[in-house]
Amino acid sequence: MLFTKKATFRGGVPVPHWKNTAEAETLQMGVPSKVYIPMLQHIGAPCTPVVNKGDTVKVGQVIGTSDKLISAPIHSSVSGRVTNVAPMVVFNGQSVMTVEIETDGLQEVHEDVKPPVFNNKEEFLEQLKKSGLVGLGGAGFPTHVKLAPPPGKEVDTLIINGSECEPYITSDYREIIENSWNILLGVYTLVDLFGFKNVWIGIEDNKPEAIKVLSNIAAKDDKYSDVVKVVKLKSRYPQGAEKMLIYACTGRKVPPGKLPADVGVIVMNINSVSFIREYIRTGMPLVKKRVTVDGPAVKNPANVEVPIGTPIADVFEFCGGFRSEPVKVLMGGPMMGVAQYSLQYPVLKHTNALIALDEKSAKIPPEGPCIRCGRCVDVCPMNLMPLHINRHSLHGDVEALEKYHANDCMECGCCSYVCPAKRHLVQSIRLAKAQLRQAATAAAAKGGK
Amino acid sequence: MENGLLMTSSPHIRDNTNTRRLMADVIIALLPACAAGVYFFGLRSLLVLLVTVAASVIAEYITRILLKREQTVGDMSAAVTGLILGMNLPPTIPLWIAIVGSVFAIVIVKQLFGGIGQNFVNPALAARVFMVISWPVQMTRWIIPDAVSSATPLGLIKEGASAAEELPGYFELFIGKKGGCIGEVSAAVLLIGAVYLVARRVITLEIPLTYIGSFALLTWIFGGDRLFSGDALYHVLSGGLILGAFFMATDYTTSPVNRKGRLIFGIGCGVLSAIIRLFSNYPEGVSFAILIMNTLVPLIERYTIPRSFGGGKSVA
Repeated sequence: MLFTKKATFRGGVPVPHWKNTAEAETLQMGVPSKVYIPMLQHIGAPCTPVVNKGDTVKVGQVIGTSDKLISAPIHSSVSGRVTNVAPMVVFNGQSVMTVEIETDGLQEVHEDVKPPVFNNKEEFLEQLKKSGLVGLGGAGFPTHVKLAPPPGKEVDTLIINGSECEPYITSDYREIIENSWNILLGVYTLVDLFGFKNVWIGIEDNKPEAIKVLSNIAAKDDKYSDVVKVVKLKSRYPQGAEKMLIYACTGRKVPPGKLPADVGVIVMNINSVSFIREYIRTGMPLVKKRVTVDGPAVKNPANVEVPIGTPIADVFEFCGGFRSEPVKVLMGGPMMGVAQYSLQYPVLKHTNALIALDEKSAKIPPEGPCIRCGRCVDVCPMNLMPLHINRHSLHGDVEALEKYHANDCMECGCCSYVCPAKRHLVQSIRLAKAQLRQAATAAAAKGGK
Repeated sequence: MENGLLMTSSPHIRDNTNTRRLMADVIIALLPACAAGVYFFGLRSLLVLLVTVAASVIAEYITRILLKREQTVGDMSAAVTGLILGMNLPPTIPLWIAIVGSVFAIVIVKQLFGGIGQNFVNPALAARVFMVISWPVQMTRWIIPDAVSSATPLGLIKEGASAAEELPGYFELFIGKKGGCIGEVSAAVLLIGAVYLVARRVITLEIPLTYIGSFALLTWIFGGDRLFSGDALYHVLSGGLILGAFFMATDYTTSPVNRKGRLIFGIGCGVLSAIIRLFSNYPEGVSFAILIMNTLVPLIERYTIPRSFGGGKSVA
C-alpha cells in the first residue's frame, strides 16, 4: 500500500537531480580482459586470498574468506587464470591484497553455485553469508551481520532505502523499474523469516514511476499489504542517509554512536533485497554490479552491469569513452563520492556510480573567510556547527572539537555545499576526526606508561 | 599525478551562492529605503549615502594593502557597511563627519579585528554610536518633510506631553513622513526590502520577529501612563527599529549562527531597546541594544551548542 504522508527530516539541501540516465535501461558489459578483485570490499575484516598465482577460477568461486565475525567472502566474477596476488591501492587510497585474474571469456560457472537451501532464519543467514552480500547503498556493511543484531535488541521494522538522493545516480531506480517483483519477493522472504511488523520502502518524490510501480505490486498481495508500505519521501539531500531515512519513515532517532538496531530498525538498500531474491533463485553470489556512468565528461551516460573487479577505465570505454578530458573521476555521487587517483581502480561491490567531471564541473571555487552566516548550521542534518569545528580543527583545539561533537558528523557534505565563503568544511571535519583519534591514542599511550 | 586526475575531498559540487552575491542582495534590499530617504529629505541624503559608501570601500581597500592581506573589497561587505552607516545618519550631517565615521567603522571596528567575519560588533552601529558621542549636535539635527519642527517623533515623546500634538500619525510613520535618519524613515519600504531578503533566504526571521515581538510587548506593558497602556505600534514604527531588526541585528558576523542563539539574541535586543527607549535619557535605543547584544554573541553561542541529532549529550 502507498503511504501518502510526505516524509522528511530537518536540515539538508535541495541538490540538483541530474538523473540523466533514469530511462537508460541497464546494459550488460562484456567481460574485461583482466579483473582486479580486492580482498576488502566491505566494512570489517579483510579476507585472505584462498587462490594462488596460476590457479584457474570460475564464476562464483570463493577466492577470499575470513573467519572474523564482521566480514564477507569474496568471489571471482569471471572465469580465467589468477595472474597475481599482491597488494594494490584501491579507491580510498588504502592498500589491499588483490587477486588479479586474466579472463578467458568463457564465464564458466563454478560447481558450488547452486540455489541455497534453508528452513529457518539461522540457516538463511548462514547461506546469505556465503553470497558475499554487503550493503549495496555505499557503506558495504555485511548483510548477514546486519540481519543478526545482538540479543536484546528487538527489531520490528525493516526499511528499504530507495531514496537515491545523490545527483546523477539512477542505479537503484533502474532496479525498481526493471526488477520490481524481485524487490518485493525479497522483502516478503525477509518478512517471513524475521517477522518484521513494518516494512517501509522509502523513495524520493522525484521518482513517481518507481513509487507507482512498487506500491501497485505491494498492494497485490493481501498477506503482506498491511506490512509493506511504500513511503513518498521529500526530494531533499541526504534523505537516503540511514538516520535521516529512519527518522522520516518512523520518527525514531538513532542516537550518536548507536546502530539502527538500537531503535528496532534495520535498513537495507533496494538493490540488496533484490539481490537476496535473485540469490535464493540462482545461488549466484555477488559478482556483478550495476553502476551509473555519467558526468559532463562521459560520452554516452548509461547504466551498466559490470563484473566486480573491472577497472573503471574499461567501464568508461564501454560507454564510448570521454567527450572531453576527464579532470576528476568519482566513485559514487558528487556529494559523497570519492575522487579516484587512477582509472585502473576496480569497481567494487558497493560501487553505485562512476562520474567523470570535465574541467568546468571539476572546478572548486577558492576558499574565503567565514562570514558566520550560519547556513552550515541550518542545513546540518546532524545539528552540528560546522563553522566552529572548522575553526577549532585549524587551531588544533581537540577539546573544543569534542565539545562540538565533531565525531557525530556523517560527512554528507551539505555544509560545504551551501557555504557562501566556499570553505572546505567537510574536509576539515574529517581532519578533526583524525585529530580526535590521534589525541585518544596519545592519551591511551600516556595512561599505559 | 597519474592520468593527471584531480584529487579533492567531497562534496564535489557547490551551490551558486557566494559572499559577494549575499552582500549584493543586502544592498538591493536596502535601496528602496534609501530612495525613500532621498525622496523625503532631498538630494543631500543621496550625497551622504554616496560619501559613506565610497569612504568605506576606499578605507577597506587601503587598509588591506597596508595590512598586506588579500584584497577583500570585492566581496562588497564594505559597501554594505557604508550604506548602512549612511542610512543611520541624519540628512544634515557634515560630510567630513560622515567620512570619519566610515573610516572608523571599517578600519577600527572591522579590519583591525581581522576583517570580514571577525569583528565582534556591527561596524556601522559602532561607528554611529562613536559619532553620536563625538558630535552630539550634528548627529541629532533632523529635518521633517513639509513641517517646521525639527525633532523626531521619539524626541517629541521624550520632551513630554506638551509636544504631543506635533506627533505624526501612524500612517505618516509607516510611510515615512517624519524626522529621522536617512534610511530609517519609511517602515513601509524597509519591509519591502525585508521581504526580499527573506524570500532570497539571505536572512531568517528568527531575529527580526523575536526582536520586534519582545520590544512591542515591553512597550505595550511599560510604555503608557499605567501598565498595559503603551502604544506598541507607535514605538515599533518609530525610530530605527525596523531598520535595526531586519538589517542590522541580522548582520551575520555579529549575530548567533544557531537557531536557539538567534531567538535569545532577538529577545535580548528587543528588551534592551525597550528599556533604553522608555527609561533612559536617549530617545532611541536600537543602536545601543544591538551593540550590547553583539558583544554577548560568543557567550550565547557557547551555551546553546545544539545536541547532535538523536543525541542526549550534555551541552558545553
